[in-house]
Amino acid sequence: MKEKLVLIGNGMAGVRALEELLKLAPEQYDIAVFGAEPHGNYNRILLSPVLAGEKTIDEIMLNDEQWYTDNNITLHKGKQVEEVNRAQRIVRASDGTEEGYDRLIIATGSNPFIIPVPGNELDGVIAFRDISDVDIMLEASRKSGSKAVVIGGGLLGLEAANGLMKQGMDVTVVHLMDTLMERQLDKPAGALLKASLEEKGMRFLMEAQTEAVLGKDRVEGVRFKDGLEIPADIVVMAVGIKPNIELARQIGLHCERGVVVNDTMQTFDPRIYSVGECVQHRGQTYGLVAPLFEQAKVCANHLAHLGIARYEGSVTSTKLKVTGIDLFSAGEFHGDEDTEELVLQDPGRGVYKKVVLRDNRIIGAVMYGDTIDGTWYFELLRDNTDVTDLRDHLLFGQAHLGDSGHGDDNRVAAMADTAEICGCNGVCKGDIVQAITSKNLFTLDDVRAHTKASSSCGSCTGLVEALLAHTLGGDYSESPARKPLCGCTDFTHDEVRTGIRENELKDIPTAQQFFEWKTPDGCGKCRPALNYYLLCQWPGEFQDDSQSRFINERAHANIQKDGSYSVIPRMWGGETTPAELRAVADVAEKYSVKTVHITGGQRISLFGLQKEELPAVWSDLNAAGLVSGHAYGKALRTVKTCVGREWCRFGTQDSTKMGIALEKLTWGSWTPHKYKMAVSGCPRNCAEATIKDFGVVCVDSGYELHVGGNGGIKVRATDYLCAVKTPEEVEEYATAFMQLYREEAHYLERTAPWLERVGLTYVKEKVVEDAEGREALSERFRYAQKFAQDDPWAERAAGGEMHEFTPIKQVG
Amino acid sequence: MSNDNWIEVGKIEEIPRQGARVVRRAEGDIAVFRTVDDEIFALRDKCPHKGGPLSQGIVHGKRVACPLHDWKIQLDSGDAVAPDEGCAAGFPVKIKGEMIMLLLTPNEGCPNT
Repeated sequence: MKEKLVLIGNGMAGVRALEELLKLAPEQYDIAVFGAEPHGNYNRILLSPVLAGEKTIDEIMLNDEQWYTDNNITLHKGKQVEEVNRAQRIVRASDGTEEGYDRLIIATGSNPFIIPVPGNELDGVIAFRDISDVDIMLEASRKSGSKAVVIGGGLLGLEAANGLMKQGMDVTVVHLMDTLMERQLDKPAGALLKASLEEKGMRFLMEAQTEAVLGKDRVEGVRFKDGLEIPADIVVMAVGIKPNIELARQIGLHCERGVVVNDTMQTFDPRIYSVGECVQHRGQTYGLVAPLFEQAKVCANHLAHLGIARYEGSVTSTKLKVTGIDLFSAGEFHGDEDTEELVLQDPGRGVYKKVVLRDNRIIGAVMYGDTIDGTWYFELLRDNTDVTDLRDHLLFGQAHLGDSGHGDDNRVAAMADTAEICGCNGVCKGDIVQAITSKNLFTLDDVRAHTKASSSCGSCTGLVEALLAHTLGGDYSESPARKPLCGCTDFTHDEVRTGIRENELKDIPTAQQFFEWKTPDGCGKCRPALNYYLLCQWPGEFQDDSQSRFINERAHANIQKDGSYSVIPRMWGGETTPAELRAVADVAEKYSVKTVHITGGQRISLFGLQKEELPAVWSDLNAAGLVSGHAYGKALRTVKTCVGREWCRFGTQDSTKMGIALEKLTWGSWTPHKYKMAVSGCPRNCAEATIKDFGVVCVDSGYELHVGGNGGIKVRATDYLCAVKTPEEVEEYATAFMQLYREEAHYLERTAPWLERVGLTYVKEKVVEDAEGREALSERFRYAQKFAQDDPWAERAAGGEMHEFTPIKQVG
Repeated sequence: MSNDNWIEVGKIEEIPRQGARVVRRAEGDIAVFRTVDDEIFALRDKCPHKGGPLSQGIVHGKRVACPLHDWKIQLDSGDAVAPDEGCAAGFPVKIKGEMIMLLLTPNEGCPNT
């Protein structure tokens, strides 16, 4: 018989827990839900846009009654739970409805805080909390010239005030403090916000303490401590919320400010869970969506008997949902004597940015007017990234890091619905907004799955996140700071790599078992990653698993859109001979190659070959001494060179020779992502060495080494690593850097983002300053190369892996 | 439906585990998959998205990831995994001894045959 699960509280957190549970274990429980409000579950964050007339109630419903029916959930709506008998495990509502339970979730949310002044019970005094509050406000606004007083200049109060103003009311915001939103903003940002709201017509009474609400039956005005009285047709109290713990306390659960829970969201009665705004976890209560959803996920995981998720608290960020006002804050933005503040102020543009650092890590940020980089700062904050190397341009934003030119596009609010956000999949702003609102999406992953935006190259991820934040209002659910390798495991890339090394895991199934993979044999994301990590860690020992490689690496050619393949032989250092060119021409004619194309890496690509032809093509190329160029692999691709001293009147060193030597040294090695090098013979840099993973620029006195550049999606110029004197040193540094990248980057992470993640300082410590370490890295690289430098084409031309290249059966 | 359409494809061991091979025919290729548990499935070798050859994808669980744009297709039903929509027609298979038998008449319900 199924176990019985009862949820008290039909709100966002509780229902989210049910949704997560249904995903994990759809058949495990009989579920019943009690909700005090007479609706299904709606998106409370979007009440502000409803009030402002930008959305309707229907648009913010998350789960309509059909959803409960479809999932066999009994919904007792409009029924307040009065009693829980923990001994007999029965929940009883005020109308006598009873449900027994094996497990119970309490998600009673929070209540608005009503300040204890005379007159607070009068008609027309309301909070801003649910649909009925919004109805009352809309009703009041219909009378022309009516006046509203909003008590509370925090997030909620300002959103309410903005909505009322949009409905044509004359609005005064009363705030006890001298700064608006003082929990999210510092003084300068608060002042900017106040000025722009005043410009929109909002009035403020700062440092004003309310003494009484005036009126007989209905509210007529408000009086303050200093004696001032102002008229009001409606008073909205938006001074805060307090966890609704009445029921939990009454049934004897341990409560402090909220219902106290552990890391699996269980209360002191282990059969009873609690999630949402009513919860107190590690001393913290939360009122934003993202943490509540994280809690829901953990609770569901535990209810499904998986027991592998823990809630460890959340760092939250805030954005104000007032159209035309860009504001962002996160973390500890006030700072203290141990912190440093980086500040940028441009009053003319109405821009203010402050980033607070402790020990070179971001611990808080406040931004006003230009919030493009809010998500970036927040990410650096959550990941606890050392920003030493970014400090000098941190305030100018992420766009200035890589010269990517994406920066200004981030002004998503101002973009037209037809503006293309995802260039790979042709997804426009309108499509994404539509999907977010109509399908109730909350996370980046949701948007990726439904629209494909940001699911290919990922360069528009920032834009999509900004759109989510903009559409949902600030506190949407961001991807968790801890990023598992993929959905099959809870372990991160780094944990898996370390575990493989320390526990001597030497094949994919063993690694999957060790890390408690949730799927029988992984997925298309994790298997190639595991295969790479294992072969990098155990050169010569690990048996490469070709079924865990993408088709290009399995077939040693590049699949094209029509299912045909392209073939690119290696041309060492970009140098070739008439004999090689003749061989390439012969192959192109013999196999009726559709297109012959010169690649950006100084090689020749032959397009339109059928898979069955590949071994014969390779055999012909091999005969002329041409081998695989690994143009299909997460591997060493090319070493681009200029002609250098041999011909060029400006050349300072023999760049071609050095390029060839580097390519001979490194070809065949697998890397986390594709890896390109270049050698330029002089600082004119014709080989474009400064947009390569590893670049050498020859100078009169020796060689400058540059790292971490790429063309591609987001152009990034290299960072200067150091200068060396001899070709031998170039080889040692080149191999040491490559090995560090091979050993420490995440699979599918190019050197540019890896370098930004770990910092140039770190790479210098390992490769430049630590001579012994550098030698060891270089040595490990050379050792691994012993097992890597076999031409895969030759093996297959000789008949290896034939099953890959032939049909199993021909019919008719 | 007559039994005459069943053909011998080859032995199970001729297909790599977590892999696929192609049955070539004039009407279009059929991909024959072998899962990690040695289950055999056959689908039209054509992704409902942009026609990518499913036989070339990474096989995991009872799914294959299309090599062109990473759509996931369910091997037992031929359906794209939600929220993607579409299907590749399935073909009946059975094992006779070590031999894989394939019926060249597709299962009903999917127009992508």
